[in-house]
Amino acid sequence: MNEYTIHQAKMLPLDRANVDTDQIIPKQFLKSIKKSGFGPNLFDSWRYLDTGYPGQDNSIRPLNNEFVMNKKKFLGSEVLIAKDNFGCGSSREHAVWALQDSGIKSVIAPSFADIFFNNCFKNGLLAIEVSDEVINKLFELSESENIVNIDLENQALLDINEKLICNFEIEPFRKKCVLEGLDDIGISLQYSQEIKAFEEGLKQKSPWIFR
Amino acid sequence: MARTLYDKLWDAHVVAQREDGTSLLYIDRQLIHEVTSPQAFEGLKLNGRKLWRRSASKATPDHNVPTLDREKGLKGIKDKVAKLQVTTLDENCKEFEIEQFDILDKRQGIVHVVGPEQGITLPGMTVVCGDSHTSTHGALGALAMGIGTSEVEHVLATQCLVATKQKNMRVNLNGVLPEGVFAKDLTLAVIGKIGTAGGTGYAIEYSGNCISGLSMEGRMTVCNMAIEAGSRAGMIAFDETTMDYVKGRPYSPKDSEWDVAINQWKDLHSDPEANFDKEIQMDVSSLKPQVTWGTSPEMVIDIDSEIPCPRNESEKLALEYMGLQEGMKMEEIKLDQIFIGSCTNSRIEDLRVASSIVKGNKVSSNIKRAIVVPGSGLVDQQAKEEGIDEIFTEAGFEWRSPGCSMCLGMNPDQISEGQHCASTSNRNFEGRQGYKGRTHLVSPATAAASALSGNFADPRGS
Repeated sequence: MNEYTIHQAKMLPLDRANVDTDQIIPKQFLKSIKKSGFGPNLFDSWRYLDTGYPGQDNSIRPLNNEFVMNKKKFLGSEVLIAKDNFGCGSSREHAVWALQDSGIKSVIAPSFADIFFNNCFKNGLLAIEVSDEVINKLFELSESENIVNIDLENQALLDINEKLICNFEIEPFRKKCVLEGLDDIGISLQYSQEIKAFEEGLKQKSPWIFR
Repeated sequence: MARTLYDKLWDAHVVAQREDGTSLLYIDRQLIHEVTSPQAFEGLKLNGRKLWRRSASKATPDHNVPTLDREKGLKGIKDKVAKLQVTTLDENCKEFEIEQFDILDKRQGIVHVVGPEQGITLPGMTVVCGDSHTSTHGALGALAMGIGTSEVEHVLATQCLVATKQKNMRVNLNGVLPEGVFAKDLTLAVIGKIGTAGGTGYAIEYSGNCISGLSMEGRMTVCNMAIEAGSRAGMIAFDETTMDYVKGRPYSPKDSEWDVAINQWKDLHSDPEANFDKEIQMDVSSLKPQVTWGTSPEMVIDIDSEIPCPRNESEKLALEYMGLQEGMKMEEIKLDQIFIGSCTNSRIEDLRVASSIVKGNKVSSNIKRAIVVPGSGLVDQQAKEEGIDEIFTEAGFEWRSPGCSMCLGMNPDQISEGQHCASTSNRNFEGRQGYKGRTHLVSPATAAASALSGNFADPRGS
């Protein structure tokens, strides 16, 4: 989990709509039973010129120099900016793990797919929804100084001179999760009595559910 | 107050409001497979947490399992990494005492085929699975949603999901589907109309006399692709078709419980005055078979029309990836592979329709591979009893063992670079079925007719 208040970062501009989780992390890498190690295969089929498979030495693979991730200017970026409906498709949380494993701390887009959006906050990856106007402004900035400041506490995006670009909305609990790294299961287990009581009622009413 | 079906399912499962404003929603059933569960079980173990309710979860391996050499069981999995995932599922199910239909069980199959088939997923239930196509089970009049691995772990530990209620959307489909046009065409046409983000933030209820007239298999095909329209949950009201389908399944209520259940389930419909935040209407009586031309399910057209002029950068990139040009007719596209299967279209009805077209004919010589992958061991068995497997194999199709197979190519069933595949699956994303492979989504009837022609062919009249 990140603990950040004002975070200054380089942006990685991915000028595409409907980026699906199959692109973020292709299926052949989902065979792992761990949460780490997905980074080198983030956007695998766009990033390399050959076919990727698990366990290979990624450092010797031919890079697609046209792809934004491989351009010198964008190396070490921590904020991914993209277009509408980012993260659509499969529910694979591996997509979030791959982004984080590559050093991405935040994704900014005009809209996100629901499951991906949820998965982000379960892992402390800050997903920020902004207007089309703001995303266009960020894409412009990525062509010049390529710096954005994220002030999560005050829910604001600022430029390199700390001038306000926009404020953004975030559910208070999600904000807290990113800022403090809360134990979601632990919080829900505080409701154990309520869950048990609900379950007892359900057992009387619809016993077939308990088979 | 008048409520929608979604409102009713939601209200019946709210356990508590958490302080943060989210709801704890009780989950009646969780389906588990090998790909999105290992990290969830590991999380439980690392934190020393127990399973909340053992009977709530049922598991089966489906994504990774090979569709050849099934009788060899685990030994038939040549890919060591894939094998570890399947054996990890075996071990986790054993350790946590979760009932599993393992690789050698005749009930094994795609989770979204097995659940309804066994009566494990039932009307009125909340159902989750670490797979986005969980929306399929909504066809039974259930609230079914795909979740991520952290949520899988959360449900294992608490039997609840932390959720925020979505908005209500109704997709009203009226008219009789013309001959040769099926539920798959219907669901693709809806996605073409509202777009892949059209349902984001909404729970979709499909209704109208066209939906009432569909079989359960057809309804599952429709709800399966709700996620392709951006909606986590698609659903259909309970009716006699649902009742007939559910009756007598192994995990369905029986005897006096059956009457109690029916009494509860008959209320699983939207009240006439219920309010929807968004409504879509479509008359389906002149709908044509649908085919996708691009790399998103919304890039879809009538089988007899021309590829449209790209309207934006994404569509331009899609045409380039697919190796197609605007103005081309779909029937001009030479096909390399045919895939009939997936959680969208691998049920007995799908195989019956496709086999009726294939019967007595041969797969075109330019098709390099045509495979049929039944959705479960029981679908496989039923098809064999009806002689459907032989109809396919005599025509030149390969008949395989159940699993997700070429829908996502996690197992050895993949298409090669540049190949065009007519596929009854649900996603035509770049590389989905194989590196640089080109997927076209179609109904089982269109896939069958196209296998015989070697290029896209209209199943109407065939």
